[in-house]
Amino acid sequence: MSGIGTGYDLSTTTYSPDGKVFQVDYACKAVDNGGLALGIKCSDGVVLGVEKLLPFKMLVPGSNRRIAPVDRHAGMAGAGLAPDARQIMSRARSECANYKSFYGDKIPSKILADRMANYLHMFTLYWSVRPFGAAVLLAVRDPATGKYELYLLEPSGECQRYHGMAIGKGRQAAKNEVEKLKLGEMSCLEAVKEAARIIVTTHDEKDKDYECELAWICDDSGGEFKKVPKDIADEAIAAAKRALEDDDAMDAD
Amino acid sequence: MDYGVPAALGVAPELMEEVSTGTTIMACVYDGGVVLGADSRTSTGNYVANRASDKITQVMDNVWMCRSGSAADTQNVCAFVKNAVEEHGIMSGSDEPGMADVKLVANVTMQIAYRNKDRLSAGMIIAGWDRRAGPQVFGIPLGGSLEKCDFTLGGSGSAYITGFCDDTWKPGMSREEAEAWIRRAISIAISRDASSGGVIRLVTIHEKGAEKQMFEPAQHPLAYDELPVIRREEVVA
Repeated sequence: MSGIGTGYDLSTTTYSPDGKVFQVDYACKAVDNGGLALGIKCSDGVVLGVEKLLPFKMLVPGSNRRIAPVDRHAGMAGAGLAPDARQIMSRARSECANYKSFYGDKIPSKILADRMANYLHMFTLYWSVRPFGAAVLLAVRDPATGKYELYLLEPSGECQRYHGMAIGKGRQAAKNEVEKLKLGEMSCLEAVKEAARIIVTTHDEKDKDYECELAWICDDSGGEFKKVPKDIADEAIAAAKRALEDDDAMDAD
Repeated sequence: MDYGVPAALGVAPELMEEVSTGTTIMACVYDGGVVLGADSRTSTGNYVANRASDKITQVMDNVWMCRSGSAADTQNVCAFVKNAVEEHGIMSGSDEPGMADVKLVANVTMQIAYRNKDRLSAGMIIAGWDRRAGPQVFGIPLGGSLEKCDFTLGGSGSAYITGFCDDTWKPGMSREEAEAWIRRAISIAISRDASSGGVIRLVTIHEKGAEKQMFEPAQHPLAYDELPVIRREEVVA
């Protein structure tokens, strides 16, 4: 511990002199190192996509999913440490079930987002715990209004509603691409193609194999959070890869 | 009940009994709203502790509750529900403060009634109107079950009028028809049930809001063999 501002990063219970909680910043770094996750809000729903990095060739395709439903009307995509994301999803499931058993109805989107933000925030307040090394995108169909909403929950406990968002590795390039889309206007069917394209094009060649996971909650899926049907997803991914190869070929010319 | 109070204290044993609303309560849906009805007798054993009590309590602007059983229990359940539902409205950022989904209020009430079923004697009816599902009536009887229905009855007086109600219920009544139907049913219960009596209170809830009404015994429809009430001023005149 030499200069001013060092030695303040061992726990979340002490601020640094310039008002930072370093453990939270480090948790965000963990998120940035994991595969890309993105969410696109459309006119008729929300699409979530994830670039799942595959460290081993022998992994069973489709296993260790990073996008999962937490209730019929809500689903999450995680970026960062997979076990941390899984823990967050598991808590979200409990919140949904708990709300339903007490109030007799599906949890409203705002309440779910707020309760999850509170949960994440609790891990930034105590010496004995570490903040989550994962951020999640939450896609919900609000049961009262029938509107589709996209939230981002961060390790700090921050929770914001977005039209489009990308987190994880390559998020800056992906965010630029998402920003160019007609968010809130395009259909989910179009957004699936765009999501696949963004995941494929922002994927870093240096990384090993990856799988592109796509899920949505929209009118076509009956207002329920589901995997994008295999034929639609496969075609979107194949088209994205073809386009990328064509681009590469043009560059080579 | 013997509470071991010495007679010298001058407290009649029946006054030591729980203040309970041996009651007639009911509610029904009509075309565009709901009507809740109740008698107004609160008894402590044989003693009429209150002859003009109000057993229809407001939970939210658009949801009201009929209470039967222990007055203390139901008043407190109602206060808890009110609190929980209002807090929920704030948490969910409702754009109509004061309004709540009827189903939500009914569910919260049921949870409280069920989780504390060993300690409570509370039978309640939740009725109201909301933008999402229109007019709704829910019955929450003693054990803490929850049933959505077109109409439901509660309290000791209900035993005397279930047959009447089953027989004369019509779906899709107008507001006037529904109010008259409930007044008729409660007046019949009052005529036979010793622990129901006093005035008939009605609360009608619809899209525009809630309205309270009260009918004195002289205005009650007469049951079989009943003599009409003669008002004091009529006698004097």
